[in-house]
Amino acid sequence: MRSEGAAWPLRFAAAAGLAFLHLPLALIFLYAFTTEEKSFQFPPPGYTARWFGTAWFDRPDIWPPLVLSLKVALFATLLALIFGTLAAAALARARFFGKESLSLLFILPIALPGIITGIALRSAFDIMNLPFSTWTIVLGHATFCIVVVYNNVLARFRRTSASMIEASMDLGADGFQTFRYVVLPQIASALLAGGMLAFALSFDEVIVTTFTAGQQATLPIWMLGELLRPRQRPVTNVVAIFVIAVTFIPIIFAYYLTRDGEHIAGGGK
Amino acid sequence: MKAVTAARTGGLARLSDFFFRNRGLLTAFLLLPPLAWIVIVYLGSLFALLLQSFYSLDEFSGLIVRELTFATYAEIFESSNLQIILRTVTMAAAVTVADAVIAFPIAYFAARYARGGAKALFYLAVMMPLWSSYLVKVYAWKLILAKEGIITWAAAQLHLTFLLDGILAIPVIGGPSLSISYLGTFLVFVYIWLPYMILPVQAALERVPRNFIEASADLGARPGQTFRTVILPLALPGIIAGSIFTFSLTLGDSIVPQIVGNSRYFIGQAVYTLQGTAGDIPLAAAFSVVPMVIMGLYLAAAKRLGAFDAL
Repeated sequence: MRSEGAAWPLRFAAAAGLAFLHLPLALIFLYAFTTEEKSFQFPPPGYTARWFGTAWFDRPDIWPPLVLSLKVALFATLLALIFGTLAAAALARARFFGKESLSLLFILPIALPGIITGIALRSAFDIMNLPFSTWTIVLGHATFCIVVVYNNVLARFRRTSASMIEASMDLGADGFQTFRYVVLPQIASALLAGGMLAFALSFDEVIVTTFTAGQQATLPIWMLGELLRPRQRPVTNVVAIFVIAVTFIPIIFAYYLTRDGEHIAGGGK
Repeated sequence: MKAVTAARTGGLARLSDFFFRNRGLLTAFLLLPPLAWIVIVYLGSLFALLLQSFYSLDEFSGLIVRELTFATYAEIFESSNLQIILRTVTMAAAVTVADAVIAFPIAYFAARYARGGAKALFYLAVMMPLWSSYLVKVYAWKLILAKEGIITWAAAQLHLTFLLDGILAIPVIGGPSLSISYLGTFLVFVYIWLPYMILPVQAALERVPRNFIEASADLGARPGQTFRTVILPLALPGIIAGSIFTFSLTLGDSIVPQIVGNSRYFIGQAVYTLQGTAGDIPLAAAFSVVPMVIMGLYLAAAKRLGAFDAL
């Protein structure tokens, strides 16, 4: 009988691969505390926490992009929640010709590379003579955020039992009551998870945004500018840590919310 | 049905009853808003992209001539542009191969040996880098690859500076420092797309029945033979599915080569620069059709190899 343990070369390769995935992000944290602001000298010549203060008090150029990013992410998430849920509700149980192509259509914006979505929107704005604004950014972000909500809610609909809805109707509830008291509680955590993932995705997006923002700067575009023309490098790291927090917390939370989706009432019919 | 369901009063209730009886209409009613959004905003834009690619830029006035022509597509075939395409496709292929090699042991370990809590941990360990900020990840590599950065330091500590210098001295892929070389660009691409390879390969490996492997061993195959003749063929659809991601994402990336790399263009950068400073949206549009065509061919080939069963 073969032993069930993995051979050491496999263990080593898997561990090295995982280290390769995780160590680079640790450096972002380390460099936020370096005293060297002109280069990426390793090891840092000294350590200081003053860049956090500098980023907050002395760099007014960070705030407008941050506000714009939050605004865009909020609107894009809202639109994605509405459209993604509607699409998932429609396609979860319906059977009709062309359904597969329709669901593919919703996935397309995230399946095609970002520059295609970006240059496509840019082409359309040019043809329609639409000037760049917050809304042109939101338009692009909502389009690829829909699929995130759609996927989450669709997965939840597939796990919940249709008989609950029928039972609710049999007991005299109308469609809206059924939605309010039966469907919504079932999909609420999937909505929250999808919404948070969509928010994280939008807050962090840079490729499509470079095509739809014109002269406006979202936080990732501000960061891109700092990467290409650095000044006070550790401040960029402070902002990067902030971005990691803003994207990580929703993701962990979303994972937690959808983790035990299999145990939803009526799911095991 | 009608006899049992007493008609409800009130507009909303009647509406909901109506939809309950006409499920098809309900589906259509729900589907209409999101479908309209995707069709108008997304497909509409893709159509605009296609249309723009048949327009051209007047060289003297710098204005877009809105008349259909093949002239813009002809520009794609100029040698400097063909070089950009070749460079990008080569990079995408190299990144895909490297990702497959690095991802396989991780996926194999996660699929066959990790159990319970360890499995959840593995899943999170792959998902977190996948979801963490794209730009922050690229930035991390700028820190690593910088001339005064950790790699140079580590090489000096291990007395391997000659090795690093030797690698950087290799023509084409080398350069003055890792952050200004194709090798650097390659490393960053390999890093940021790795999770996209791990997940489908793991999914494919999870589906390899354990008794196939036992049967292979019972029939006298050595572990290496079992791996080559049983496991690898069954994992291949997963590898191809992952390669679709790594290949297409590399093909369409416009940010990484800007931050880490020498100043030679990749397709994504070319598209970005053309529509921006140059204002040549038609050529940018035509250029972005190139990765779409390449991916179309790639997907057609992948479909024949059964990659979509593993998604």
